[in-house]
Amino acid sequence: MTKELLNKKDIERIISRIAHEIVERNKGAEGLCLVGIQRGGVHLAKRLSAKIWEIEAIKLPFGSLDISLYRDDINMNKPQPVLRKTDIPFDISGRRLILIDDVLFTGRSIRSAMDALMDMGRPSHIQLAVLVDRGHRELPIRADYVGKNIPTAKAENIEVCLEEEGLEDRVLIQTP
Amino acid sequence: MPEKVLIIKGHIVDPSQGIDGIGSILIEKGMIKGLFLSNEFEGGSIHMRIIDAKGALVLPGLVDMHAHLREPGYEHKETIQTGTFAALRGGFTALCPMPNTNPVNDNATVTSFIIRKAFQEGYCKVYPIGAITKGQKGTELAEMALMYEAGAVAFSDDGRPVMNSLVMRRALEYSKVLDVPIISHAEDLTLSEGGVMNEGIISSSLGLRGIPRVAEDIMVARDIALAKITGGRLHIAHVSTSGSVELIRRAKQEGVKVTAETCPHYFTLTEDAVLGYNTNAKVNPPLRTSEDILAIKEGLRDGTIDVIATDHAPHHRDEKMLDFDNAPFGISGFETALSLSLELVREDVLTLNDLVTKLSLNPSNIMRISSGTLKVDSDADITIVDPHRKYKLTEEYIYSKGKNTPLLNNELTGKILYTITKGRIYCHEPA
Amino acid sequence: MKKDLVSIKDLAEEEIRLILSTAFSFKDVLKRDIKKVPALRGKTMVNLFFEPSTRTRTSFELAQKRLSADVLNFSVPASSVVKGESLLDTIRTIQSYGADYIVLRHPCSGTPHFLSKIVSASVINAGDGINEHPTQALLDAFTIQEKKGTLEGLEVAIVGDIMHSRVARSNSLCLSALGAKVRFVGPPTLMPVHIPKGVKVFYNLQEGITGVDVIMSLRVQKERMDSAFFPSEREYFKLYGITFERLSRADSGAIVMHPGPMNRGIEISSEVADSDRAVILDQVTNGIAVRMAVLYLVGRDNA
Repeated sequence: MTKELLNKKDIERIISRIAHEIVERNKGAEGLCLVGIQRGGVHLAKRLSAKIWEIEAIKLPFGSLDISLYRDDINMNKPQPVLRKTDIPFDISGRRLILIDDVLFTGRSIRSAMDALMDMGRPSHIQLAVLVDRGHRELPIRADYVGKNIPTAKAENIEVCLEEEGLEDRVLIQTP
Repeated sequence: MPEKVLIIKGHIVDPSQGIDGIGSILIEKGMIKGLFLSNEFEGGSIHMRIIDAKGALVLPGLVDMHAHLREPGYEHKETIQTGTFAALRGGFTALCPMPNTNPVNDNATVTSFIIRKAFQEGYCKVYPIGAITKGQKGTELAEMALMYEAGAVAFSDDGRPVMNSLVMRRALEYSKVLDVPIISHAEDLTLSEGGVMNEGIISSSLGLRGIPRVAEDIMVARDIALAKITGGRLHIAHVSTSGSVELIRRAKQEGVKVTAETCPHYFTLTEDAVLGYNTNAKVNPPLRTSEDILAIKEGLRDGTIDVIATDHAPHHRDEKMLDFDNAPFGISGFETALSLSLELVREDVLTLNDLVTKLSLNPSNIMRISSGTLKVDSDADITIVDPHRKYKLTEEYIYSKGKNTPLLNNELTGKILYTITKGRIYCHEPA
Repeated sequence: MKKDLVSIKDLAEEEIRLILSTAFSFKDVLKRDIKKVPALRGKTMVNLFFEPSTRTRTSFELAQKRLSADVLNFSVPASSVVKGESLLDTIRTIQSYGADYIVLRHPCSGTPHFLSKIVSASVINAGDGINEHPTQALLDAFTIQEKKGTLEGLEVAIVGDIMHSRVARSNSLCLSALGAKVRFVGPPTLMPVHIPKGVKVFYNLQEGITGVDVIMSLRVQKERMDSAFFPSEREYFKLYGITFERLSRADSGAIVMHPGPMNRGIEISSEVADSDRAVILDQVTNGIAVRMAVLYLVGRDNA
């Protein structure tokens, strides 16, 4: 069974709100940078960047991050990994870095992402923004900016569809 | 040993007497005492053992003029005891072991040792082949006459060629004193050096060094030329190429004293068997191509090739569990030879009569040994085979210590039921 | 991908392309300050070398370390390889170490194939006899793609001792799979008996490299002279040495490759080797990225 949790309009509002929250909490956009986790996080990061440009008229440095090489589940017979682009064309050291992902679940992806970032430099802060927090954390990780908290059962599946992937913007929940 | 044995209802094929039909054979005290065609012999007596050979072929015991028993020196590969028993299981009642033992059978002491050991422990008749040159080194002639006196029936440096043409000439000349065959392992080592399989498309694809077919052809041509000028009796071992077949055919037409043998694997398998670096398919000369198989079959059909021998070359499992370059050459052949050879009859390459000639009568004649016949008053050496029965060739099936055959786990057709040597009966499937 | 990389023939075309694209990601990692990722942390890799090799072994070792694997170098000097049992015993010993990956270099063709059937570890062929050297072919393909954008339709001349070259054998398979057109150039004595389908053979260097996009020069083994494959180094250079003068026959953007180590003045002139036409040092750098990709991908199920 599939149910729609967020539609295009909802997602637009969330991006707008999180953009405002980021600017507010960091007292402006100076010194910030955005890094999206492949693949959904990258698209969301781009949208946030555009939004912040609207609000503050500042173009934030923007990067994409692939975490495959930092995963902790490599032995678990996962399908053939496909490495996507890690492209952070600026020095992250000393910056306030906003890490963006589509769904926050066990927290393991975020752990991998932070390890990867630490290998590339030493940001002064890392903050986490997610579109959906579905609970079931396995690590002590929480998001600084949450689009929507959605209580789920572990077996359920959250699907984030985005226009950048050629789909209609929406978030679905599938119950087996 | 029962006093009297009667084999009944079998299809008797004996080229030495031109017999090819249903009949009975009476064995008394290890000798053939009667051969009766159709129903001439009915009754039998209560004191006889009766072997019902209905549906089976009754043949003179097979003779393998090219085998390796490995003893003395390489008893981990095979012994005279295990080898002769494996031969028995393959339907052979007589065989000729090659001299590449350790020490080499290049003197009468080793020849006598082999004969004595075979007498004590062997299951079939053993006629050793002595070395042509001392240590098979290809330089000095070995004491052929002394070995002949001790029981050697032919001479060969098998495993190696006699590279020096002068030495080969002398050997062929000298052999005339004894009127024995000189058996040539035909391989030009300068052309084959470093090669591990047939040179061609498969060797290229596997990145293995090739042994070109001309390495054999050139040596066959040389030895035929030497046989021609010396008048010695030349026998070409394990013919594997179409070129050799053609050279031997022409030499025979010219009246050169040359005979030739091939082995079942050379008319059964191609170089494809090596794919996957299968060391059990590593043999010298190497498995060739389908074109060579056709030529060899034609050579068998038209009489160019006189003999089918096994070149039974057992090796220990560990020796074949190696990278291809370092694994030894050789296929274990006693226990598959007859099944594979019967295929020639099924394919209409040979008549049954021709096949038995090449597996029994011809090798006996070339080696001048008293085998290969079912004539009355000869030794009761008899092989009884069901030509249609199928069996799976497993490692357990093979009695030889050498399980090294590329045919492992194949289904073969033609199962031996009894092998009888001098009247002693070996029953392959006790009731 | 399969458990082992023994031959280029083990790889489907998509798998070769996946290795190359993954290698491009690893090349980015190699440009970072910290050139190490934890992708294969805790994996045990044994580099089992039965033949002396500095370049290939160090390239593998660096690739393994950059993937955070534990590396054990097990070099068996040729002198101690007594024919026979020692290979199997060595393999069993290494298996007992709990190796997850075995990188094997062996002087006999087919040995990695033999090993892969015995051990559960992933076996990667680092050169077997005159048979194959798949990672060299992959790094060559990577280098060509990096320099030329694609391999599709490129003319590649492999020059020298084709017969005894595992590099040439793997490369002709790999390049053909990726749509390049391969030529073999060299003396007839050093040509393989059977030429793969689609490969053109030239005995004349000038003709053989006319219009080509890539020239791959092979190392001349000096011991071949003793076996009468060619008369002298001087004559070899005269006929098959890559010089600037001859390079003018090739495409104006043609690159020159060499698997190393080079014999300057025999198969290639120093001027060419040191020029910007030569991509020999890029091959070395790319070798690490490609070997990281192979180690990372081998043995994983296809999605």
